[in-house]
Amino acid sequence: MSTSFVLLGLLATGPRHGYELKRAHDDRLPRAKPLAFGQVYATLGRLERDGLVEKSGQDREGGPDRTSFAITEAGRTSLDEWLSAVETPAPFVTSTLFSKVMVSLLASGVDRARAYLTAQRSAHADRLRELTATKTAADSPFGDVVAADFAIAHLDADLRWLQTTLQRVADMDREKRP
Amino acid sequence: MTALLSAAGVAKHYGRTPALTGVDIDVAEGEIVAVTGPSGCGKSTLLHCLAGILRADAGTVTYRDQDLGLWSEKSRSRLRRTDFGVLFQFGQLVPELTAAENVALPLLLAGSGRREARADAQQWLERFGVDHVAEARPGAMSGGQQQRCAVARAMVTQPRVLFADEPTGALDALAGEQVLGELVRAARDQDTAVVLVTHDARVAAYADREVALRDGANDPSGLGVGS
Ligand SMILES: Nc1ncnc2c1ncn2[C@@H]1O[C@H](COP(=O)(O)OP(=O)(O)OP(=O)(O)O)[C@@H](O)[C@H]1O
Ligand SMILES: [Mg+2]
Repeated sequence: MSTSFVLLGLLATGPRHGYELKRAHDDRLPRAKPLAFGQVYATLGRLERDGLVEKSGQDREGGPDRTSFAITEAGRTSLDEWLSAVETPAPFVTSTLFSKVMVSLLASGVDRARAYLTAQRSAHADRLRELTATKTAADSPFGDVVAADFAIAHLDADLRWLQTTLQRVADMDREKRP
Repeated sequence: MTALLSAAGVAKHYGRTPALTGVDIDVAEGEIVAVTGPSGCGKSTLLHCLAGILRADAGTVTYRDQDLGLWSEKSRSRLRRTDFGVLFQFGQLVPELTAAENVALPLLLAGSGRREARADAQQWLERFGVDHVAEARPGAMSGGQQQRCAVARAMVTQPRVLFADEPTGALDALAGEQVLGELVRAARDQDTAVVLVTHDARVAAYADREVALRDGANDPSGLGVGS
């Protein structure tokens, strides 16, 4: 999972405590889902077990959030491999949008599917407008702009698909009722 | 709130081809409205009717509570010089003139003095980051630079309404997106309303609101698809 590699990447710049890692994650990837503390410690535990990070110090009080971790040589190698590897283009369609359209066609028919597509289109267009405003604001941080670009590209792809699907549904319906 | 500019039931034929069959649209002061829809649905035709370049066959176009259909061609053309800015889909700059002369042109046509027009043109070229090509002719400028000059020319008179027809040929290019961002910021600074014609959802997202067309009419579903 990419969280391990994100943590390894953050540790590549120097040892940190668990809570510093969470903060660094949420600062550097501002639009990513915030990391839960529990997830940070669980991931660090796994990375340590696999020899990719090691404990590099402990403050007096002890406790898990007082232990700092450092990346190991094996950790750097693993991070380097991950950064170089090309991701497999999404092999399955796992979108809820897709499932909803197929299920409404199956269970409720064309009108229901069409109503859903129309409502979804308008929700997508609203979100697209919000993100565009975020990214055109004069003082947007670089991370926010890049994250907005990412979300906009995906929403735009969804919108094209919604439009094509609506057309296909209309065509299919026309053939059925002459 | 009453609209600054509005169209009600606007219809337009080219010979026997119906391009618009009854479109309604309202634009408030300072509002940015996207006009969207598939190719051939009548977006450019609507824009030309709103800007008073084409006269509608039926329906009314109202600007500041005045029915533009009742105005003479001469008055409409004066209105275009004083209150409107237009960014056309095709053919933008006068090829024989330099960038600075192109941008100054609308001011000269509106009766400004030469020196004043030159100074204002220079400011708008700077604002859109193309002052370094002020003395170049369009043929010697990149596509993006030409586009920026065209935007500067459309904004130089500080119009109350800017009509922009597909202002970014290629938004995929970061450059196109930057031009659009700057155009929208400049319009908001001046409280200029914008009618932004586009087939691209990402461009439409720069607007406050979207009016979708399909086959020459309003499309309430916003999907531009037959039912
Ligand atoms: N000068 C003209 N003479 C004849 N028909 C025209 C003329 N201009 C446009 N049309 C027709 O009117 C309809 C609407 O054209 P318009 O240019 O307004 O569409 P559009 O929505 O701007 O399309 P696009 O997205 O391709 O620019 C089309 O069917 C087009 O063929
Ligand atoms: Mg057009």
